[in-house]
Amino acid sequence: MMMNLKSAKTGGILVLCAVIAILPAFLSNAFQYEIAILIGFNAIVCIGLNLLIGYGGQISLGHGAFVGLGAYGSAILTMNQGWDPLLSMVIAAIFTGILAFVIARPILKLKGHYLAMATLGMGIIISIVINTEDQLTGGPDGMYVDGLSFMATQIYWYWLVGALLVFSVWASLNLIHSPIGRALRAVHGSEVAAEVVGVDTTQYKVLIFVVSAVFASIVGSFGVYYSNFVTPDIAGFFHSIELVVMVVFGGMASTFGAVIGAAILTTLPQFLTFLHDYEHLVFGLILMLTMIFLPKGLVPSIAGLLKKGDK
Amino acid sequence: MTLLKVNNLSIEFGGVRAIDDLSFTINSGTIHSIIGPNGAGKTTLFNLITGVYTPTSGTILYDDEGVTGFKSYELAARGMSRTFQNLQIFFNMTAIENVMVGAHLHLNRGFLASFFGLPSIKAGDRHCRETCLELLDFVGLKKYADIDTESMPYGALKRLEIARALASKPKILLLDEPAAGLNPAESREIDKVIKKVAERGITVVLVEHDMKMVMEISDHILVLDYGRKLTEGTALEVRNNPDVIAAYLGG
Repeated sequence: MMMNLKSAKTGGILVLCAVIAILPAFLSNAFQYEIAILIGFNAIVCIGLNLLIGYGGQISLGHGAFVGLGAYGSAILTMNQGWDPLLSMVIAAIFTGILAFVIARPILKLKGHYLAMATLGMGIIISIVINTEDQLTGGPDGMYVDGLSFMATQIYWYWLVGALLVFSVWASLNLIHSPIGRALRAVHGSEVAAEVVGVDTTQYKVLIFVVSAVFASIVGSFGVYYSNFVTPDIAGFFHSIELVVMVVFGGMASTFGAVIGAAILTTLPQFLTFLHDYEHLVFGLILMLTMIFLPKGLVPSIAGLLKKGDK
Repeated sequence: MTLLKVNNLSIEFGGVRAIDDLSFTINSGTIHSIIGPNGAGKTTLFNLITGVYTPTSGTILYDDEGVTGFKSYELAARGMSRTFQNLQIFFNMTAIENVMVGAHLHLNRGFLASFFGLPSIKAGDRHCRETCLELLDFVGLKKYADIDTESMPYGALKRLEIARALASKPKILLLDEPAAGLNPAESREIDKVIKKVAERGITVVLVEHDMKMVMEISDHILVLDYGRKLTEGTALEVRNNPDVIAAYLGG
């Protein structure tokens, strides 16, 4: 079983590498590359968010705001201050991490609906600040940002995001199969039982909130260098919800589930465009039916079915 | 030697005194039972000792250190662990993982080392898995090691909680109704496990309704009624105390 776990981890990463390596053979234009890169970005945020929601059992309806902080942090530091883009990204990530740390303690004392409300409020506040501080952020019109000089073409971006995604999956799996990861899952399982064997539950909730926020911030920064443009929508409520839906759809407490959830929900709308006015209707219907018939999300449900088939 | 000393402990819930001016001591290396009718405050007392509740007044001295108001995880670091009357299993993990969480304090918990999957973390986990397998064996659950806890029988889960608590290497272990809901055969198994735990030199504090078990294994018994101490003493002394008989039979 220990061996199985190990091989499942390496096997999963190998499959992911293979998909990333082979995919360009099927991508014929810039738009398709764009979608592939977008999938990568979303998947990395979802991997971080899944550590918080799926493993730690804490909901966040404000993670779009952390993506926004990374994006605007980078944009402002490079464009207004003339800083190096990579340095700006690191500073933005540190700032986001500190902000997440400061708000985590009061917020994570709350549970269930209250935690959802608090993170929702946090996201909305950050979003409002970005919208109204127009001298700094350009307000609702958004902001132009220079790209990374060494990322000459879209293909470069494809490989960079691919590498980041593989790294994120690997690191996330490492974390889950470590004492920290078990403590985190224990917090989800039973806080009181975790405490009596020495797990400082608050500390772990704060830790994973900060980690997931930093994941989001870094993706926000890369995203803005890639697209050369950022608007406040990135920090908005709908983006936050979209991210949570990806995690839940792919399967909570499954790192590969987060990747697959992000992949499907980023691509699906593109396939539904032919439906015109009915696009959103069908999209919602697909989500509903999946959650009704596969309530644990895609990956865990399918893995469960395969396990049953083995016996 | 005194391991735990409780002085004039009280807790109120909206005017109701669940524990009322209670004082007693627990000596190390003994099996100490707490009995009393339903609602006497036994579980509340456990929650006070283990830091789940903060007392309204009174003090708790553990290992010559004032620990009143300490959090559960701070007490765990000082060698105190417990099980729960209502199962508190990590149902999102396998049996062995549940026990491995118990060993949390004795493992390398560095964030970056874990994030980058350094060999020290993996070696620590391998070693931890072995010792936790021994603990599962100790409580008779070795065959369940890699089973999802969701599909384990109730009696096994009761013992899993004991294995998890033991993994934290406690000096004192508080067991809240370990035999509740078990059939006689399972109950005897638990009985054996508790004796073996005590033989390891761990001080056991037991809340239990199974009087046969309590009378048989306890070195010392504390009887609670309405949050107060009714009496305490050896099994023989308690059994023959008219107040105890009255409290139980409503005389």
